[in-house]
Amino acid sequence: MTRAVVRCAWSLIGAATLTACAGFGGFSLDSSERTTIVVAVVSNPQMNDAVALSHYFQEANPDIDVQFVSLPENEARAKITASVATGGGEFDVVMISNYETAMWAENGWLVNLQPYADATDNYDTGDFIEPVRESLSVDGDMYSVPFYGESSFLVYRTDLFDEAGLEMPEQPTWEDVREFAATIDAEYDDVDGICLRGLAGWGENLAPLNTVIHTFGGRWFDKDWNAQLTSPEVSRAVEFYVDLLRDHGQAGAATSGYADCGTRYAQGRAGMWYDATAMVNIVENPTDSNVVGDNGYAPAPVMETESAGWLYAWSLGIPASSEHPEEAWRFIAWMTDKEYPHLVGAELGWDQVPPGSRTSTYAIPEYAEVAEAYAEPTLRAMERADQDLTIAAPVPYDGIQFLAIPEFQDLGTRVAQQVSAAVADQISVGEALEQAQRFAETVGESYQSEEEGR
Amino acid sequence: MAARFLTTLTWFAGLLFFFPVFWMIITGFKHEGDAQTDPPSLVFTPTLDQFRTLFDAGAGPYFLNSLLAAGMSTLLVLGLAVPAAYALAIRSLPRAKDVLFFFISTKMLPVVAVIVPIYVIAGRLGVLDNVWTLVVLYTAMNLPIAVWMMRSFLMEVPREVLEAAAMDGASLVQTMRRVLLPMVAPGLAATALICLIFAWNEFFFSINVTASQAATVPVFLVGFMTSEGLFWAQMSAAATLASLPVVLAGWAAQKQLVRGLSMGAVK
Repeated sequence: MTRAVVRCAWSLIGAATLTACAGFGGFSLDSSERTTIVVAVVSNPQMNDAVALSHYFQEANPDIDVQFVSLPENEARAKITASVATGGGEFDVVMISNYETAMWAENGWLVNLQPYADATDNYDTGDFIEPVRESLSVDGDMYSVPFYGESSFLVYRTDLFDEAGLEMPEQPTWEDVREFAATIDAEYDDVDGICLRGLAGWGENLAPLNTVIHTFGGRWFDKDWNAQLTSPEVSRAVEFYVDLLRDHGQAGAATSGYADCGTRYAQGRAGMWYDATAMVNIVENPTDSNVVGDNGYAPAPVMETESAGWLYAWSLGIPASSEHPEEAWRFIAWMTDKEYPHLVGAELGWDQVPPGSRTSTYAIPEYAEVAEAYAEPTLRAMERADQDLTIAAPVPYDGIQFLAIPEFQDLGTRVAQQVSAAVADQISVGEALEQAQRFAETVGESYQSEEEGR
Repeated sequence: MAARFLTTLTWFAGLLFFFPVFWMIITGFKHEGDAQTDPPSLVFTPTLDQFRTLFDAGAGPYFLNSLLAAGMSTLLVLGLAVPAAYALAIRSLPRAKDVLFFFISTKMLPVVAVIVPIYVIAGRLGVLDNVWTLVVLYTAMNLPIAVWMMRSFLMEVPREVLEAAAMDGASLVQTMRRVLLPMVAPGLAATALICLIFAWNEFFFSINVTASQAATVPVFLVGFMTSEGLFWAQMSAAATLASLPVVLAGWAAQKQLVRGLSMGAVK
């Protein structure tokens, strides 16, 4: 026993000496002079594809060694924020979104990518979808560049709609959607009328709910940062969302988020689903979906506004603490170039192409063919994802499905928990909104005193 | 009749505890679509695709980092805990109870409360994303429990045996090596295994202070979670693989472990 322990100890010490460094992740017997860059990405399917294809970049750039850190959205966000904010310096490229970019750029945490983009041959920033490019820019300079973007739309089962004699209007309203959901719910025992996110989280139930609040004429704050979460418009919107979900939505909706709705819809257990345009990767995936070919796509339902879709873009930036910004940019340029969709299409299939970043992607014939059902609705949704079209009343914040203020991660999650409790019937919508209003007032007051201090 | 009922109840409880593990293992052999069915199904076409993807994803460095961090920290913990426990159990140290309470009180502070200072200090020292940082953190994390466990095992050793060794002229080191440690070997094995399991499964420190070089298996595991797709089968396969080393270590030390864990249980 003792000998075995001693042997084990010596093996470990041997291994430790062998690495003689920080860990096995970067261990290599290749002693050539290469610059290592560390890329932090969110482990979504498109990013995993990029990791799988990165050997093409390494073959073309033998002087750069790329290492990836791939984490789920919440963990990645926390980790990247901690590293960038404290100048931890672990990462040379970080995956962020249009929520962080402007705030972080103003804090001086990100490298201005515009000079790099301008100096790169054929890297056409004018080709990025306009609202996406704007959402990632400060004073006209891009501080992160989009890898893929998304808006929101409504998918519905054309076969069920035909059988039930329903017709989806070109631009549905939420009242239309409620009627359709009621009909489908009544006609089919094993199919829910609609699937909507109920799971608490600012990136979960609040994303679709915020578009509903805004299109119902509601807002989080008025121009003077007075909280508005108990206003009649917001109350009506939240009542509508919660009632729709409880009357015609999925069972256990309070714990059901994007992934669960995706599974339910793909298995044919929901008649409609309002969510991110990225849903096509689940809905139209022949391996996992039973409803391929039976889907129609309609713009985000509206009430008081012309349009209601959100705007979200996963993008790549370089933290100011990076010691290798040149090499980091070369990697970013490869991953966000016009040629990248061609590489994905040829290697992994055209249905895997990251959508919603470049207009030129939509002009590729092979992509247009596979994405016939959803390419045009996606592009149109993204082009119309503008505050002027989606929010009825003036607001002091940027963003549609989120508020681009640092406090929103916390405030949003707290409010989302209240809404989720209302979906679970633990409290009434009125009680949920009263509590949410108190949270929002605290945040509003800090902005009011900031403005008074100026 | 009562015995029969108890046997049935024990079997039921055993199966109930084992069921999640069983479900994890079979889910690893499913396609993603099959892993998500509602109601869950036991009938499916098995596939090794998920395990293939795991090996393609380069699991090796994560396993080696975990092995190094868990193994080295366990060795360090034992190296420090055994002398400490000896002093507390056999040499009647003044204020031994206060010292013991101090050790355990370090476990009362939630780890999340100290992560920011740890992260900032590690950043300033330039040891972020370094497996040796994890070794130090895991040693600190497991030391109090190891001291407590080893103390209770050492308390079981009859003083007469130690006195006899002293009478025979054995030095302290000889007494420790030839008399004490063989007697508490099962306890030592149990303590080592517990430290190894805690360090192997540790997630919070690892995700916060590592990135690409020193990330461990639990961090590798969560990398399969995604908010935009299906991942249960993939993650179950990864979890099955990640559990194997600890299960094997437990199985290898089974005999010692049972004796160790029951030491001091019956007075």
